[in-house]
Amino acid sequence: MSLKGRDLISVRDLSREEIEEVLKAARRAIPYAEGSKTSHLLADRLLALAFFEPSTRTRLSFEAACHRLGGACVTIADPSTTSARKGETLYDTIRMLSGYADAIVLRHPNEGAARLAAEASDKPVINAGDGAGQHPTQTLLDLATMQEAFGTLSGLKVVLLGDLKYGRTAHSLAHALAVFGAELVLSSPPSLKLPAEVREHLDQMGARVTEEEQVHKAVRDADVLYVTRIQKERFGDEAEYAKVAGSYRIDNAVLAGAKARLIVMHPLPRLTEIAPEVDATPHAAYFRQAFLGVPVRMALLSLILTGKAL
Amino acid sequence: MSAERTVRELKITPIRNGTVIDHIGNGRALEVLRIIGVDDLDKDSTVSVALHVRSQKLGWKDIVKVENMELSPRKVNAIALIAPTATIAIIRDFKVREKRPVDLPERIVGVLSCPNPSCITNQKEPVESEFEVARRRPVVLRCLYCERLVDEFLSHLA
Repeated sequence: MSLKGRDLISVRDLSREEIEEVLKAARRAIPYAEGSKTSHLLADRLLALAFFEPSTRTRLSFEAACHRLGGACVTIADPSTTSARKGETLYDTIRMLSGYADAIVLRHPNEGAARLAAEASDKPVINAGDGAGQHPTQTLLDLATMQEAFGTLSGLKVVLLGDLKYGRTAHSLAHALAVFGAELVLSSPPSLKLPAEVREHLDQMGARVTEEEQVHKAVRDADVLYVTRIQKERFGDEAEYAKVAGSYRIDNAVLAGAKARLIVMHPLPRLTEIAPEVDATPHAAYFRQAFLGVPVRMALLSLILTGKAL
Repeated sequence: MSAERTVRELKITPIRNGTVIDHIGNGRALEVLRIIGVDDLDKDSTVSVALHVRSQKLGWKDIVKVENMELSPRKVNAIALIAPTATIAIIRDFKVREKRPVDLPERIVGVLSCPNPSCITNQKEPVESEFEVARRRPVVLRCLYCERLVDEFLSHLA
């Protein structure tokens, strides 16, 4: 049960024990991520970051994680500067990169790209988001945030709010929360409901899942309110986007009926989903969540590249 | 002439070599023909199709019989998706050499294209589509790349 040399394509690739191992390693990595301790665990190791889609947090936190562990990275941040523009296949690009680096982190607009990359590469591939598909490292940092706030994951009541159709974070997270026995409340506009196959999968796992369209009702006895962005780039139709955008806005009035310990999470970037006034309340956990991306990715890189944790 | 008798004649009309696909679900014979690819056949071969035939097992069924052709494993897999109750009999030198039900393997490679247009297998990458069986009755497949579930196959046959 070692993660050494393994690909991380989908959160489904990890057992509950393996997820717990990553979360434990991430907790130990926090002082290193903050810069109060230093590590050279990845000295002489080279990580390739291949980002074929825009990203701020995911790419920078992987780079930060790599540097904090004493490793180096080479990065494709803008695919228009690569041979992909000349028509080179992803398969060939990854095959080539696997000769340069010790592991590859991939963000790509097409679902299944990371699975293909894992076939092309003889080095471990970490999926940093493939289209509307999987985004396992985001899921792990989401779990780390909840675990840090409550000390446990089982029994938590988690509201997933907003774009549950296109938001890949919601799909991976729903699966992982079901693994840990959390209760899920789905709250979305009718046109952005969780896809049937994801819902069916949760039912097969025996997850406790309910739906509540009204946000203020959904948050009433919840522990976590997980807000997702309505993703404009996933809509073909501007009018359809305008209709649903802004229909789920969290402000202090919505949170007035919530438990004192409720935490509000968001994968960021937020647009108008969370009012800035929420930032000053103890509910706001999204910047802590973004920070935890670094120790979680440090944990993954160290376990996958060396088999050791900090 | 009754339907029963027509079938009997179809079944016993001797052919030297070929394939009889029997117990096709009622109304699916034309889809099976599409999979076989009639254009690819020897021009002198006869293709017989019986639609809406009485069957003890199924109530009603279709039958397709093709001379001078044996099905590739890939075509058998495609038929298994469209007509999971079908049986395939191979005729060689006037005799039934082999008769077996179509069998859906655990992995289905290169038979269907993924219905998700954004799936990496639809992007000119050097990769064949690959599905695993998520459910057998009725058949539901899951794309091994994008994880999309598929329960309608005819319009996605590769």
